[in-house]
This record gives sequence, C-alpha cells and structure tokens, in this order.
Amino acid sequence: MFAYIVRRAAYAIPILIGVNLLTFYLFFVVNSPDDMARLHLGVKRVTPEAIEKWKAERGYNKPLLYNEAVSGSERFTKTIFFEKSVKLFAFDFGYSDDGRDISHDIAQRMVPSLAIAIPSLLVGLLINISFAMLLAFFRGTYVDVSGVILCVALMSVSAMFYIIGGQFLLGKLLRLMPISGYDGGVDAIKFLVLPVIIGVVSGIGSSTRLYRSFFLEEAGKDFIRTARAKGLKESRVLFRHLLANAMIPIVTGVVVILPLLFMGSLLLESFFAVPGLGSYTIDAINRQDFAIVRAMVFLGSVLYIIGLILVDVAYTVVDPRVRLS
Amino acid sequence: MYSSFQERPNHLDPVQSYSSNEVRFTGQIYEPPLQYHYLKRPYALVPLTATAVPQPVYLGADGERLPEDSAPEDVSWSVYDIHIQPGIRYQPHPAFAQDADGRPLYQDLDEHALGDIYALGDFEHTGSRELVAADYVYQIKRLAHPHLHSPIFGLMSDYIAGLGDYADTLKAASAEHTETGGDKGFLDLREYPLAGAEVIDRYTYRIKLRGTYPQLLYWLAMPFFAPVPWEAERFYSQPGMQERNITLDWYPVGTGPYMLTVNNPNRQMVLVRNPNFHGETYPEQGEPGDAAAGLLVDAGKDLPFIDRVIYSLEKEDIPYWSKFLQGYYDTSGITSDSFDQAISVGSSGEVALTDTMLEQGIGLKTAVSTSDFYTGFNMLDPVVGGYTEAARKLRQALSIAVDTEEYISIFLNGRGIPAQNPLPPGIFGFLEGEAGINPYVYEKTATGPQRKSLAIARQLLAEAGYPDGRDINTGKPLVLNFDTTATGPDDKARLNWLHKQFAKLNIQLVIRGSDYNRFQEKMLKGTAQIFQWGWNADYPDPENFLFLLHGEQGKVEHNGENAANYRNTEYDRLFNRMKNMPNGPQRQQVINRMMAILQHDAPWIWGFHPKQFSLVHSWYHNAKPNLMANNALKYQRIDPQQRAALQAQWNRPVRWPLGALLVILLAIIVPAWASYRHRQRQPAHRGSH
Amino acid sequence: MIMPVILWTDALIFLLVAIVTGFALYARGKPHLRAPWHHVMCSRLGSMAVVILCAYIIIGLLDSLHYRPAIENSDASAETHYAVEVLSVLDVLVGPLRTRTEKTYSAPFATQLFSRETVQHPDGSQTRKYPRLEYGGRHLENPAADARADILQRSGIALTQTLAAGLAVLLLITLWQARRRQLAFMASLRDILARRTAVPWLIILITLSVLLLLTFLAINLATAYHVLGTDKVGEDVFYQTLKSIRTGLVIGTLTTLIMLPFAIFMGILAGYARGWIDDLIQYLYTTLNSIPGILLIAAAILMLQVYMANHPDAFETTLERADIRLLFLCIILGITSWTGLCRLLRGESLKLREAEYIQAATAFGVRHSKIISRHILPNVMHIVLITVVLDFSGLVLAEAVLSYVGVGVDPTMNSWGNMINSARLEMAREPVVWWSLLAAFLFMFTLVLAANLFSDAVRDAFDPRLRQR
Repeated sequence: MFAYIVRRAAYAIPILIGVNLLTFYLFFVVNSPDDMARLHLGVKRVTPEAIEKWKAERGYNKPLLYNEAVSGSERFTKTIFFEKSVKLFAFDFGYSDDGRDISHDIAQRMVPSLAIAIPSLLVGLLINISFAMLLAFFRGTYVDVSGVILCVALMSVSAMFYIIGGQFLLGKLLRLMPISGYDGGVDAIKFLVLPVIIGVVSGIGSSTRLYRSFFLEEAGKDFIRTARAKGLKESRVLFRHLLANAMIPIVTGVVVILPLLFMGSLLLESFFAVPGLGSYTIDAINRQDFAIVRAMVFLGSVLYIIGLILVDVAYTVVDPRVRLS
Repeated sequence: MYSSFQERPNHLDPVQSYSSNEVRFTGQIYEPPLQYHYLKRPYALVPLTATAVPQPVYLGADGERLPEDSAPEDVSWSVYDIHIQPGIRYQPHPAFAQDADGRPLYQDLDEHALGDIYALGDFEHTGSRELVAADYVYQIKRLAHPHLHSPIFGLMSDYIAGLGDYADTLKAASAEHTETGGDKGFLDLREYPLAGAEVIDRYTYRIKLRGTYPQLLYWLAMPFFAPVPWEAERFYSQPGMQERNITLDWYPVGTGPYMLTVNNPNRQMVLVRNPNFHGETYPEQGEPGDAAAGLLVDAGKDLPFIDRVIYSLEKEDIPYWSKFLQGYYDTSGITSDSFDQAISVGSSGEVALTDTMLEQGIGLKTAVSTSDFYTGFNMLDPVVGGYTEAARKLRQALSIAVDTEEYISIFLNGRGIPAQNPLPPGIFGFLEGEAGINPYVYEKTATGPQRKSLAIARQLLAEAGYPDGRDINTGKPLVLNFDTTATGPDDKARLNWLHKQFAKLNIQLVIRGSDYNRFQEKMLKGTAQIFQWGWNADYPDPENFLFLLHGEQGKVEHNGENAANYRNTEYDRLFNRMKNMPNGPQRQQVINRMMAILQHDAPWIWGFHPKQFSLVHSWYHNAKPNLMANNALKYQRIDPQQRAALQAQWNRPVRWPLGALLVILLAIIVPAWASYRHRQRQPAHRGSH
Repeated sequence: MIMPVILWTDALIFLLVAIVTGFALYARGKPHLRAPWHHVMCSRLGSMAVVILCAYIIIGLLDSLHYRPAIENSDASAETHYAVEVLSVLDVLVGPLRTRTEKTYSAPFATQLFSRETVQHPDGSQTRKYPRLEYGGRHLENPAADARADILQRSGIALTQTLAAGLAVLLLITLWQARRRQLAFMASLRDILARRTAVPWLIILITLSVLLLLTFLAINLATAYHVLGTDKVGEDVFYQTLKSIRTGLVIGTLTTLIMLPFAIFMGILAGYARGWIDDLIQYLYTTLNSIPGILLIAAAILMLQVYMANHPDAFETTLERADIRLLFLCIILGITSWTGLCRLLRGESLKLREAEYIQAATAFGVRHSKIISRHILPNVMHIVLITVVLDFSGLVLAEAVLSYVGVGVDPTMNSWGNMINSARLEMAREPVVWWSLLAAFLFMFTLVLAANLFSDAVRDAFDPRLRQR
C-alpha cells in the first residue's frame, strides 16, 4: 500500500506541472505585467517609470516562457514561468505582489476557513444521516414521499437565497446573531453560527436524498432480510446492520472533500466577511495578485489529488477485498 | 471607538500612501509640518509640527532675492524655511530601543535572531527619540528612493530642485550597494545630499523649488512630507523582516496622536493612543455656529480624546449599516438604499432625520464633497471628439439629454449637486447661483435655472448632423459607445439608466464593459469613446481641478490625468496664469474665462458633486465633516458608558421563534415516534418491499 | 420590414431543437426507445414537470427569435436602415411591458412610486409626496379607492377565461383519447377524471389550468399594472423575469450541448482504447478538475473581454456583446463540467468492452468505429441522458453564483443571477424592496424544481437497476 501511495504521488507531479502551466497561461494571456503593475500602483498619478520599476522588482520584466537574450539553459530558467514555478513544488509560495509572505497568510487564514467548514460538515452529516434514516425507515409511506419532495425543493433553492434569507431573518429581523464579521478566539463563535447554519441547511436537500438511496440500496440486500427474518428488532436492524453498511459510501464520499475543506467556502466567506482562504482567493483574483492566485491553485490541486488518493485508501480500509495495485 | 475598513490599505508608508483608505490611517500616525484647521471654513492651513506656516522667499536666476510680489515668470527659485517645534517625540518603537549603554538593541539582527517574532508587538523592548528636521529631509529624499514608488515623485521632481537627478544618483548607489553586498540592503540616504531639501539646524530645514509653486503648502499638509526616522528604515531593512511582513509599509513609525499596534489586514487594525504624543489642544475658534452645534465644548482640552480605535474588515455596506443601527459602529455613511430609513426630506426640501433615527439619538452631518463625478468624451474620437462646431453641438445635446438631476434623485436620493463646471463648491472660483450656471445646458426661468428641454437637444443634434439620431448623409442610426468597468450589483441599474438617457435622443448607447485593466488600456490608447471618471481633491485649490483638462496632462500623449484628452490653447494659457495667482478678483476673472471655454467645448458632461451625509450616534462628539483634514480622529470624543447602555437596550434578541421551532419539531417527532413504536410491534418482514 | 438577427446562441438553440425533434421522430418508431419516455409521462410528478418545463421552453424559444425593426424613412426612395436595437418575438408579444418604465421603484400593483419625491408647485412651494406612476394603474381615476375593485374584476375575467380554456383543453384531450382508444366520449371522460388512464391526464390538465390561469392573469393585469413591481430605474420586474428565462435555459442546455461531444468521444475512447490514450485522457481531466473552476471561468471571461476590447467593431450592439459573453460562459462551464460525465463513460465502456457480445464482435473483425457506434454508444446513452438532465438544474443555479462573483453573464443582460445580485442591496433598504428577489426566486425555483422532478422521473425510467427495485 505504501508503494502504491508513493506511485500515486509521483503521478501527481505531471498533473501539477500541467495545472501550473495552464494557470500561468490563463493569467498572463489576459494580464500583461504592465496591467498588474498599474492595478497595484493605484489610479492617481502613475508614471511609466513607476511601472517599469514595479515589474523589475518582482521579476515580471523577463519574458514569459523563453528568454532569447541569454544563452544555454538560462533561456528557460531566466523566465517568469520558471522562476515563479519551481519554488511552488517545495511549497515555498514566496511573496504576494504587494510584499506579504503568502505561506504565513495561508496559515493564518486557514483557521477561519476550517472553523466554518468542520462544524458545517459534522453537523451536516449528523442531520443528513438522521433524516435519511428517517425517510428510509418510513419508505413508501407519505412521510417518505413528501420528505423526498421536500429535499428536491430544498435543492432547487439557490445558495444565494439561503444566505440572503438567513442574514435577513436571523440577523436582521430576529437579531439573534451578528450579520457578518469575524473575531479571534472564543468570540468567533457568535459570528460562525449563522454561516454554519446556512452551510448545513443548503446542503440538506441533496445529501439527504443521496444518503437515502444508499440506505435503500442496503435495505434491499439479502443480509438485511435475513436479519429481519431472524426476528431481530427493527431498531437493531436499522442501526447495527443498515447504518453500518450504508456508512461505507457515505464515508468515502466525505473523504474526497476532506482535504478541500482547507480551501474554504467562497460564497459563505465573502458574504459573511470571514477572512478565510475562500475570500483570499477571490480577493486575489479581483486584485490580480498573480502570486497568490497561483499559490492557491497549486494548493487546491495538491489537496484534490490527496483527496483522490485518500478515497482509494479508504476503499481498502472499509472493504478488505479491494487490493491496491 | 469602532470603525471599519472595506479594503485593506495597500501602503502605509507615507511615501506611497495616497488613496483615502490609506491616508485615514497614516494621517493619524504621521505628522507633516502643516495641517488644516479642523473647524474653520474655507479650509485654512495651520502649523502642526512647524512653528508657523512657511512663507516662500523668491530668488532670481542668479540667486538674488526678489520682492514678494514678483511676477512668476521672473522667479527662478522659491525657498521655504520650515522650523519645527522642539521636544516632539516618536511613538515607542523597537527601532529606537537601546540597551543600558545606549547602543541600539535591534539594529543588527539576523534572521536567526528574529526567532518566533512575527509582528512588531513581539519585540520586547521599545524606545523613542526626539523629532528633528533631518527626519523631514530624509522623507523628502525617500520620494526618490529606487525601491519605493511615490505617486507624487513625477510631480515633485518638476519642482523640488535636483530631485529628478537625485533618483538617478540613488539608483546608481543602490546598484553599487547590492554589488558590494553593503549594509544588508539599507541605503542610507543621509550620505547623499539633495539640493532641494537641506537641514539648516536641528529644528529647521529648507525646501528649494524651481520657479514658483504655491500649492506646495498644501502638499506639506499630507503624509508625503511627514518625517521618517532613518533608524526605522534601517530597522526594517534587516534580513528576515520582509519575510515576516514587518515593513514600514505595514508598521508605521510616527509622532502623531495614534500608533498602529495591530495590523491584521484580514480582520482588524487597531490604533492606540501614542503615549509620547507631544500634546495639542482642541481649537478654540471655529466657524460661526460651531459653538451652538456643541463643537466648542472641548475647546482648549488636550487631544486626543479616544484611547483605542478598532477598525474591522467589513466588505459589504449592508452588514455595516445594520451594525451601525445596532450600535456596534459609531458612525456611518448612508447608502442610497438605506436613505429613506434614515432621512426624511421636509416640505421645503430641507433634510432631517426620520423619527426612528431621532429616537436612537443619531445625529446627521452633511457636506458637499470636493469631488467630481463626470462623464467624459474622448476628444480624440472621430465622432464625439474634435473641436468643430458640429462636434460641440453633439456634446452639448448629450449634456442636456443626460438628466443629472434624475440621476442624483434615483441613485443618490438627492445627495449631490449638478456640476456646472469642474469646480465644486468650497473651492475658490466656484460661483453660487445663476452666475455659475452653464448656459449651454440650463436656461433661466422664473423659478430659477432649468435644464433645457429635449426639443432644444434634438435641435442641436440635428445641427450637429444627426437629425432624429440618424446620420444626415448615410441615414444610419447614430451609435455611441460607453466604456465601463462596471460589474457590481448596482451597476446594471446605472447602465440601464444611462441607456435610457441616450435613447431619449434616439441614440443607441452600446455598453462596452471590460475589466479594469482593459479599461485603463483603452483610456491610455485613446480608443474609448464615452466614459465615466471621478476626481477627489488633493487640496482646496482650483488648480487641483482645472489641471484635469490641461493639455499638458493629456492621457494619451502625456499619460497624465486629463482623461478626456482635451486641449485648448487659450485654456492652457489661462491655466498657466491662474496657477500662480493668489486668490482674488483677478484670479476669479481668469477662472471665469476658462469656464466659458470649457462650457462651450463641453468635453465632459459635468456630472455632479456628491454630498456627504454621515450619521453619528449620540455618544459621539465633535464630528464635523472636514474633507481636507486627514487627521480628524484626534478631535473626536465618545462616551463609552452611554454606548454600552444603548447597545444593550437596542439588541434584545427576539427568541420566541426559537421556541416555536422547538414546538414544531416536537410536533413532527412525537407522531413519528408513535408510529415507530407501532411498527416495532408489527411482524418484522413488513418493512421491505 | 424587419431584418432577422440570428445570434450565436439562437443558432445553437435551434440546432438543439432540431436534434431533439429529429431524435423524437426517430424514437417514435422504436418501441424500446419510446417505452422509457412513456414511463416518464406516466409518473405524476414527471408529467407535471414536463408541462411546466414546456411552458418555460416556449417562452425561451419565443425570446430566441430576434430581429431588428426598420426605421421609417421620410422619403421612400432612400435605402432602408434598421434600428440598432434588437428585439425578440417575446418583446412583441408582451408589448408595452418593455417600454413602460417608471422613474424608480414601485411595489407590485402599486399606483404610486415607492419613495417620496419633492414636487415643485407652480407657486414655487415644494411638497414631498408619493407621485402617481406614469403607467401603473393609469386608467384609474382615483387609484386609492378603485385599485382593489379593478384588480378583482380583472382577476375575475382571467378566471372565466381560464375555465373556458381549461374546458376546451379537456374536451380536446377526451376526444383524442376517445378516438385513440376507441371508447365512447363519456367513458373516456370518466376514465380521465377518475384517473384511470396510464398517463395522468387529470394532473396534466390541472397543471395546465394553473399555467393558463397565470397567463390570463398576466394578460389582464400586467397590461394595466406592474404585477411584480418595478426596479431601481423603473423597469418592469415581470418583464425582466420573463427575459431571464431564456438566459437560464441557454446556460442549462447549451453548456451540455457544447460539452457533450467531447465527453462522449473522450470517455468512450479512453475506456475502449485503454493504454496511453486512456492515460492521456485521464491526465487531461484530472488536471482540469484540480483547478478551481471559478478561476477558469474568471480567466475565460477576462480573455473574452480582451478580445472584445481589441475587436470593438465585431460586436455592434450591446445585445451581441452580451450574447457572445453568454456563449463563452456556456463554453467554459462546459469545459469545467465535461470531466464528470467523461469519467462515468470511461468506466462504463471499460465494463462493456469485456462483455461477451463485444468480444465476439472484435473476434469477427468488426471495425472499431462500428463497434463503438453500434454497440457501445447505444448502451451508454442512458447515462448521458441522466447526466444531462441532472446537470441542467445545477447549471441554472450556478449562474446566480457566478454573477455574484462578477464573472457571470453581462451586467446588461436580464438574468436571475443579476436580479438576485441587485436584490442583495434592496433587502437592506428600509422599507424592504422584496419584489425583485421574490420574482427571481419564484421563477427560478419553479424551473429548477420542475427540472429536478423531471430528472428524477427520467432516471427512474432509464436506469434499469433503479426500476427493478
């Protein structure tokens, strides 16, 4: 298994190079370094000299991919692409274009992101599994039918409505919690309640429906019938056999998204002014801070690949018949 | 005090900070030699760290002294001697920290020594020292620093003697420095003399300008000319500092009433009273009416009043507004969406707060801001640009059709004044009443000036060669392009509105939206056609507005601030004359002539000057809008007990829906449970299907 | 005189319509293809969803027939010129809704503006009051007193019209059923009303009647009032929501249309060919997948803006610019979403490849292209169909989020995303301006709900594994 993981990790390198090349291309085809400089230097009284100076300082005055001015291997190494990419692979993200240490920023902003993501995930799982079990238990009855329709209805509401509605109802009308913002330490809790609630509610529809189908699939299997035929109590069948087996697809589904929790939620964070990694990415795109964008994209793809590997590993753990080769 | 910032400030280095969201911090921390009087209007400069507002001494070509009233053409140099007050001390800062023997503690650190220091507050020791004239000179030299980008370097190198060459000197010195491995990237500007800024004695320095530039005094009230101690720059240039985000751009060192202790741009910035502040008292005199408004209650008391100011990151207006109403912020502006909630306009048009606001004890402050928001025509464009009579008539017709009054009413709830020319009220040269009305757009009626009718606009359009919006020669409908970067939620309404205005004349307006960079590029290349732009005054002098249409400032040719690329020889000539004139009837006359030229050529649809409405809670005192002063914080006073009491009173949560929710949940669960029990007793196999 | 305008998205929409019609004609004769669709129509929720979706599609199609009206010339001999403004057939049908704009906000069915305004009297004095609307309730003498009665009366008319139309539809259905099933008219009618038919005609009829009622209400009321109020610059919100339907449908359908060829081709190729081709395709979609989608979309939109900035003459009207941006958005959404389907198809064709009949075909030397088109493609079509239908609602929802981030459709284009985005500010107004948000919510919710119910029905019908259970 260890060898397998190493091999998968090695396989990730060409993917990461590809990702990097693509980000690089997409970014520079639309934004010349001049544009970036102008955006950073502000609106009033910007001179061409200032732009040149800005570019030179950040190493954006070199050619993008191929440097004709020098010779040998330097033709490839003395370029923006090479200089900016190589360090990423050592997880050295360098400085943002306005001179901040990106790694430090990421470490700092990870906390609020996780503070929203982890409670949302856990509470969400708990609620969704209970609802799904409830529906599976009442399968075929009106509770089930109306529950499924309710799920579809919940799925059909745009996330934007959940956020706007939640802020309006809980924050403004009922004044139960602050509308947005963030604070360090324990004070953060009062700010996090609303985003977590909304994160959970907006996910109920789709997840409950999905989990219900997992339960139904298990319920149709022979061992459940056998258990029932043996005269086991319904509650015992439900929790011991059904839940335990349905957890397999649920857990593997969760494992994939686990690493991506670090990236934070884009919508929730920007609506609630939470200084996490999601809003960090959006801000960077808006400010065209290329250094941050590529760092975040790189981080995102690494986490995604880790997620893929984790799933494979999870399969072997829950089902010993699967061998990784 | 609680306030917020919408976007993190990019630069807190006084050489670079320029935009209003930066200056609101640097203004409290750094002290330039001059400041604006907090209460007096029109705006007046008074000394801050200087002992007096300096008066220039004019010199001829050979260095001989000229009389004060010499013509600007004769003056080769003007010299300002600035005396500063002794005894002013810097805020506590590790750069000044010394050990028992008086040796600097933190000036020879290496990366290892920094250890787990990640913020300025992590340094154990701090120190201070007296402010000297050399610090001011040091900062002027920094304007030309090769690693810093001062937005005013270009402008100042035209005036300050030798500043342009000085930049080259420093560049060479810096390159040499890097080669020899010098003192870890620290370029000691004290070693390189600058002709235009010299230290005379410990408390006096001299600025020497080429020609005359009376506007310099205004610049002396901005952080660009605040003192920077060399120790700080050396401190921050040590290895490892930059890696830890410990830079001058991030942690300012000043002599002002406040110092920045927490700077986490992702969340919070905190200003705390500077314990070493030299002391200043609240002004004793103000405008007539200030005493009645309670603005002189604190006269003569020691500044500042507030101990701590916490700025939180708040990106959206809506949550800010709600939190203001709940008492978590002390002051607020008014967005047009919350206007009706806050303001009621009386039967004769006077503004007042609504009853709900009055109940909360909220106060209202208004001021016409010294800003322009205009719609510009690119004068290089073959259709809307040019100086033919036809092109002028087209622009005049459009100026009539775009109903600025309606815009102000819909989008600003009347918080704005339609502009007649680039000069906003409060700036010398602005004419009140009918004298200042633009005769090409407005006509006099019995009830005052009225926007000319669309019939006149259509007539003008026909004379311009587009009867009924169609080209007289080809019969093709006239299509104009509007270039914008608009993407925000409110922009759709604005664009629709603008489209409607042009449609009134049967002109189709094509909205060409693009990102900011593409827009900038179009402006630089001069391929835009119609665009919207704004300008916020740097200082209260007409020069700061009229230069926006000066030919030498053309965007395409000179990369300047004249976005419309307007050029009129007569206007340019008058501008150069007006620039150096003292305020008075003569200057007014010149300005009037310039206005007549502008209004006739109509390079802009003049747009409007927004009115600033701000709301303050009852515990907040001494608020008076001062659009020029960037250090107004020290005059503000709050009453924290009253605030705490009111906050508690206003924010009683409504809890009954929670109870209701619980009841509903129970109502669902109980029958379900009953049914579950019922099933339990049934034979087991019924469950499957 | 008009000049038809075919926008890029129009062309693609009609291509899609042609494909669907072609497939429908083809499937008519094949019982195994007809059966699942019949199954969809037999489910109660499914048939309801189909009726609602059809209503949306009709509006969307009407809004896709664009033209430019000619401008009248004073002398007949001159060359005809066409207005720059592009209109659609829907614009003609809704007539005055488009042009009757007020000054600013007004509530649904209001007869006066939502905010007070200073009114200057001839004698020079001013008062603040709510001014009458220019169009909303213009026909009323005394709006405060008469509006309610007028609205009730108009609703009454609408109700009568609905009853008449509903009965007519019932009559037609019964006659048709009677002829097809060779029953007596009354027997057929009884079957329908007692829900004894395979296709739940009664449900369809009820759904249709509700839609008819809404249509007649709109016809009667929207001509006299702003039934969903007006927005900040006084445009009718009802008109905006109607126009937004096309945007939503285009994003939901064209995205799939664009990505489908790639996904099917690559997916089957990877699964069938295996080896380095498989590796390459897997590499491609893993790489694409691991880049946050929002960045790809932002970059694509920026690229388009660069292109448009450099070629300003290629896009004459605001609508054309908005349209090309919409198309680009579809393309880039397609690029980010084809990977999921591709992976599914790869897995399925890997399985199918090992199936005995395909092994046999390979052994007999049948060409690969033939095996793929004859044996593999038809056997994965149900996966394609289910994915397409499932994706639709997700894409409609995604549009709203993209608008919030600022990389959605053009800000001048009517879309639910843009409406919600501006409504964000309106919710903070006091008093609250709720109608834009509500209108966008209702229309969007109905569409997405119908699409979700429809996709459930389709999945039940096409996924044999699910149907057995």
